[in-house]
Amino acid sequence: MTVATETIIHKNGYNLHIVKTKKYKTNTLVWKMKAPLNEETVTFRALLPNVLQSSTKQYPTTTALRSYLDDLYGAGFYVDLAKKGEYHVMSFTVDIANEKFLKDSTPLLQKAIDFLSQVLLHPNAENGSFHEETVEKEKRTLKQRIQSIYDDKMRYSSVRLVEEMCKGEPYALDANGKLDQIDNITATSLYEYYQKAINEDELDLYIIGDIDENQVESFCKELDFAVRSPQRIEARTDIQVGEPKEIKEKQDVKQGKLNIGYRTKVRFGDPDYFALQMFNGIFGGFSHSKLFINVREKASLAYYAASRLESHKGLLMVMSGIEAKNYDQAVTIIREQLEAMRNGEFSDQEIEQTKAVTNNQLLETTDTSRGLVEILYHNVIGNETFSVNDWLENINNVTKEQIVNVASKIELDTIYFLTGLEGTDDEKSSI
Amino acid sequence: MKNQVFEQLKETLYFEKMDNGLEVYILPKEGFNKTFATFTTKYGSVDNEFIPLDNNKYHRVPDGIAHFLEHKLFEKEDGDVFQQFSKQGASANAFTTFNRTAYLFSSTTNVEKNLETLIDMVQSPYFTEKTVEKEKGIIGQEITMYDDNPDWRLYFGVIENMYKHHPVKIDIAGTIESISHITDKLLYECYNTFYHPSNMLLFIVGPVDVENIMKLVRDNQNNKDYKEQSEIKRRFEQEPLEVAEKKKVLEMNVQTPKCLVGVKAKDVQLEGGEMLKNELTMNVLLDMLFGKSSENYYSLYNEGLIDETFSYDFTLESGFGFAMVGGDTDRPDELAERLQKVLMEAKDGMHLTEEALDRTKKKKIGGFLRQLNSPEFIANQFTRYFFNGMNLFDVVPVLEDITFADLKKAANEFIEEERFTVCQVIPKK
Repeated sequence: MTVATETIIHKNGYNLHIVKTKKYKTNTLVWKMKAPLNEETVTFRALLPNVLQSSTKQYPTTTALRSYLDDLYGAGFYVDLAKKGEYHVMSFTVDIANEKFLKDSTPLLQKAIDFLSQVLLHPNAENGSFHEETVEKEKRTLKQRIQSIYDDKMRYSSVRLVEEMCKGEPYALDANGKLDQIDNITATSLYEYYQKAINEDELDLYIIGDIDENQVESFCKELDFAVRSPQRIEARTDIQVGEPKEIKEKQDVKQGKLNIGYRTKVRFGDPDYFALQMFNGIFGGFSHSKLFINVREKASLAYYAASRLESHKGLLMVMSGIEAKNYDQAVTIIREQLEAMRNGEFSDQEIEQTKAVTNNQLLETTDTSRGLVEILYHNVIGNETFSVNDWLENINNVTKEQIVNVASKIELDTIYFLTGLEGTDDEKSSI
Repeated sequence: MKNQVFEQLKETLYFEKMDNGLEVYILPKEGFNKTFATFTTKYGSVDNEFIPLDNNKYHRVPDGIAHFLEHKLFEKEDGDVFQQFSKQGASANAFTTFNRTAYLFSSTTNVEKNLETLIDMVQSPYFTEKTVEKEKGIIGQEITMYDDNPDWRLYFGVIENMYKHHPVKIDIAGTIESISHITDKLLYECYNTFYHPSNMLLFIVGPVDVENIMKLVRDNQNNKDYKEQSEIKRRFEQEPLEVAEKKKVLEMNVQTPKCLVGVKAKDVQLEGGEMLKNELTMNVLLDMLFGKSSENYYSLYNEGLIDETFSYDFTLESGFGFAMVGGDTDRPDELAERLQKVLMEAKDGMHLTEEALDRTKKKKIGGFLRQLNSPEFIANQFTRYFFNGMNLFDVVPVLEDITFADLKKAANEFIEEERFTVCQVIPKK
């Protein structure tokens, strides 16, 4: 069975990716803009999507713009930012009802595509500058967004781990940009950056739903961009890991947040990438994994204990919420689990289980249009051509030797612990 | 087995009530890879005082026990059922709300095996002193995690402000102290009272063969020996209309203050069609007052009183209900005042226009279609609606029928100053 057939059509300045499916009651458009992550542009890129989404030339206020979307049967429209390896990706998503399921048969898909081209190509700007008030408002919102990371301790500790671990590398930058750069951005400098991004970024449009390819192509006439050869990061630098770093930060928190970062030296597109996926599944990706069983179920130290991969940067991240006094025990258990992986101490049954749930997770992800786009977009980031079926097959073909081999490459880089003000040595008797 | 066809939505729902009282619903979904199933009991954190099965006196159980029970149903004498699910390629989970506990799995293979695993897991409790004690450490960390979460504290702060007696004000997971009183015996008492099939609903959505699945469930249930159970008796103290506290300020380790305004609902004994209409009308009202296309949103955002965390929500269940509006803000007192002012103005009909009503109804109808893309939404919400005597698939026709008069009446009756409350989180000095 073929899961999701993706048709890629080269258009002026971008690739149009079409996936036809009848399973949704809406049609989804995802517009992606990608460029290398760096300190000079990170804050411009963090601010730009929010300015573009708040108004356009035709709909010059948020009220006008949102009223128009409400009238289109509540078309969803959101922007987001992501770090994919050392690329910075802006996404614009429009999700619109398929009129087949409405009493009113006004065709909606063309309107959604037209709307997207208004947002991207006809922003609320004149004389080489965005609407100033809009930019100022969105600057304030961006500041608040960056500040709010501090208030969500789970997020805060994972951001802090990356900052400490990748110091000096572009990856240390957060996708939301830098607080101290916001004030210097003006409506004019942002507009200049917008023109640069629209002319130089790698652009991709995904359209998913019960649609007709020819019709979609004709709807996309307005979406016309300069032809470009996007910048790619070719040099891969595998940082040499020295002595593992250990960082403890004290704050007024009840639960300690333990985040550990490893270098895998394996990236999406490498021959052993799928073995790394399997490694992560057995080690900490699921509720049958070693971390969940040993940190949570056996030692009762945590509610969550899991690991995840950053596929395009080659990182493995472990996270768990524990009581401060259990820090040493938790770190020891986690290290023992990695040791067990390196020694091949996992059964054929664990391998089979992990294959089953990994493939299940993949297939489930393709059941949402945004999930499917994320899987397909790995190919753009990694310059590959894996279909969903290739993913499934590659996972099934992974052997135990390959998993042990990949485990032996993984090196501990940084242990980060956010802990309460009482310190880690006090015996707290909370139960 | 019966079925109901929804022409406009192009969906057919199949259902059957088993001899032991279990309600089973199946919604086939072509084109999806995954099947999603929920097995839900009408039992949640608020059901903390009831007459246990084979008893005749009301019993008050420790806070957090419904959630604790949810954790413990995954553990059996021969190990953890998570292991079984993952061998069968499924992802399993569970959650506890104020008035429901749901067990679920999703899988793209071995659907029948996984469905049997789910049903049998829920229907074969295994609680021992040892396994109960072990769980206290894990749930203790779950509680501590929420203690550090300012949005959760804020949300519960508003509910605590609103309710004087009703157990909705108690955190679903309880406290480290309250769960220390939970024993295997108490878990059995709750289980035997609330997990009878006649108090439960099984919902399956996905690319399934309806006949086969229904037969599997029927055979599975017929092989189990359930005695008929009399009606469950729950007890709740009389709750006044007005809020318990008008304002609460929590100091936490945050940089940005937060503010939520709550309105306690008045009509909390509704069910069926009336409840559905009330809930949808209130949602339309809040959307018109605070949605991104509203004038209020525009001015609040322009003045820097709200940011992208701003949200609003209406909850209505049997016995309790509330609206909440707010988010992160630099000026929590000013925001609280402004939001209450908008609400009071709406009580008198301000901010409400026929044009905005039409637009909002369209938005809600499109939004409902989007929600139907999600098997999780369908199963969870269908169950919630069913337990309240409503039907999820009536949403579009009921939305279409909301008139401007309905809206004004709802605003006038729902909004009342004595039922307003404010909760804020501010940075610790």
